[in-house]
Amino acid sequence: MTDDYLKKTKIQAKNVDFFYSDTQALFDVSMDIPEGRVTALIGPSGCGKSTFLRTLNRMNDVIDGTRLTGKITIDGQDIYAPEMNVFTLRKRVGMVFQKSNPFPKSVFENIAYGPRIHGNNDRTSLTEIVERSLQGAALWDEVKDRLDDNALGLSGGQQQRLCIARALAVNPDILLMDEPASALDPRSTARIEDLISELRGDYTIIIVTHNMQQAARVSDITAFFYEGHLIEFNKTKQIFTKPSKQQTEDYITGRFG
Amino acid sequence: MQKSLLRDKIVRLILQSAASMSILIVILIFVFLGKEGFSFLLDPGISELFGTKWNPVSFDKELFGIIPLFTGSLLATVLATIFAVPVGVVAAVYIAEVASPAEREIFKPFIELLAGIPSVVVGFFGLIVVAPFVKNLFGLSSGLNALTGSLLLALMAIPTIVSISEDAIRSVPQAYKSASLSLGATKLQTIWKVTVPASLSGIVAAVMLGIGRVIGETMTVMMVTGNAAVITTSPFASVRTMTATIAAEMGEVPFGSHHYAALFCIGIVLLLMTFGLNMIAQRVMRKYRMG
Ligand SMILES: Nc1ncnc2c1ncn2[C@@H]1O[C@H](COP(=O)(O)OP(=O)(O)O)[C@@H](O)[C@H]1O
Ligand SMILES: [Mg+2]
Repeated sequence: MTDDYLKKTKIQAKNVDFFYSDTQALFDVSMDIPEGRVTALIGPSGCGKSTFLRTLNRMNDVIDGTRLTGKITIDGQDIYAPEMNVFTLRKRVGMVFQKSNPFPKSVFENIAYGPRIHGNNDRTSLTEIVERSLQGAALWDEVKDRLDDNALGLSGGQQQRLCIARALAVNPDILLMDEPASALDPRSTARIEDLISELRGDYTIIIVTHNMQQAARVSDITAFFYEGHLIEFNKTKQIFTKPSKQQTEDYITGRFG
Repeated sequence: MQKSLLRDKIVRLILQSAASMSILIVILIFVFLGKEGFSFLLDPGISELFGTKWNPVSFDKELFGIIPLFTGSLLATVLATIFAVPVGVVAAVYIAEVASPAEREIFKPFIELLAGIPSVVVGFFGLIVVAPFVKNLFGLSSGLNALTGSLLLALMAIPTIVSISEDAIRSVPQAYKSASLSLGATKLQTIWKVTVPASLSGIVAAVMLGIGRVIGETMTVMMVTGNAAVITTSPFASVRTMTATIAAEMGEVPFGSHHYAALFCIGIVLLLMTFGLNMIAQRVMRKYRMG
């Protein structure tokens, strides 16, 4: 098998250090994330996976006292450059959170929210976006008759897919997912994993997971973090069959974490 | 196990009786107001209340029309609401979402202090500062009018609106805000499109409590509105509210007289207005619970 399908770099992190006020959470992290593929971030809890994920859409910026050094580029563009518009960046880099967080609004308004804040107020166009996004998140058939119902009335798994649809509605090309299935039952988890496989190709997906089988199932590339350091970054198959570092092997075989 | 079960039962009983107590008190208030006011309905009759003149002490003909008092209260309340709601809500949003922790430390105690100022003192402030200011600003012959009254009423409603709205706004889960920001919304968009709608039922409750305070307020309006019982929609006219009327006249009225019963009828109207307000509030909250 050739590695061509991993060739094109979408996101490049170079010597990234990250600090919360006085504590350093990331140490000299560098990696090239391929376009249109699924990259899994694994490692014991507190090792910096979420922190790294949030550096990619600059959601760490909203936490007081945070600081980043090094460089992160998307399509070659430095996202921490002064001229970078962080709102445009976040429109391009969607995020799905660990605990599903639909707004206390109707299903329709949840999806329409993103397009609306970016200036789209055309009802026809919004209706079309809502349908397309829900279809993209494999939720349309389940909710097409309940678009005006409160989103908080959906099941946990549906809510999480709604959040994915909401992220898709602003046409991102990158999707960040922070343990998107950790609060879900096995059946809902399987649906999310199927969905990730469907979205693969159209979106560059970075997913944090503490579930080794999940990482092995859905990802092309895996990054193993430990105490803020990127220990190993390689094809998922490689990581799970022949890890090159002892720490990685210990972790994936369940000796710690 | 048994013991904790018993304790649960006892606690439940205590809570239940406390809750029932409030219902009982409301009923009692209604019963006693009704009892005192009821005689008016028989003699001189309910239609007297709908007159346009309030002139209860007269050798000629006593008039008990509460319409001017009602419109006086209404005008003062509406104006005060118009002033207090935008200021109160914006201040609450600022303190909850924008202010630095240090700023918050300064604002919060001041607002609580403002809430605690006795209304007589607010009235003095009105007489000495606000009334002359209003008089000069608009070139009026007197500053004792509905506008001055409602400005001071707004001042008294604002702390209630701010502190309760602020609690509501701060209780909106961070997860909603993160979701909004992650879609590329600005902080301001997030505040107006997510945080405020999500806390709207709390904000409405705060506004209703603020208006409740305005309707019920007596001392200040008695001191600064001029107390002329006339029907008007002009903010510059002197008005007399229902509460001020009760407070000013109850002390001198002969027990059991028509005048005495009429004052109780005013009390009933006030109570009904408050109920109406609560009902509107409930309805608004139900409507907005889901945006
Ligand atoms: N908001 C924050 N403020 C301060 N420290 C934080 C914050 N979020 C995370 N950290 C710290 O940064 C480190 C990495 O956390 P995180 O990225 O959440 O790890 P993971 O997602 O791998 O469990 C931890 O030591 C954590 O305590
Ligand atoms: Mg995490």
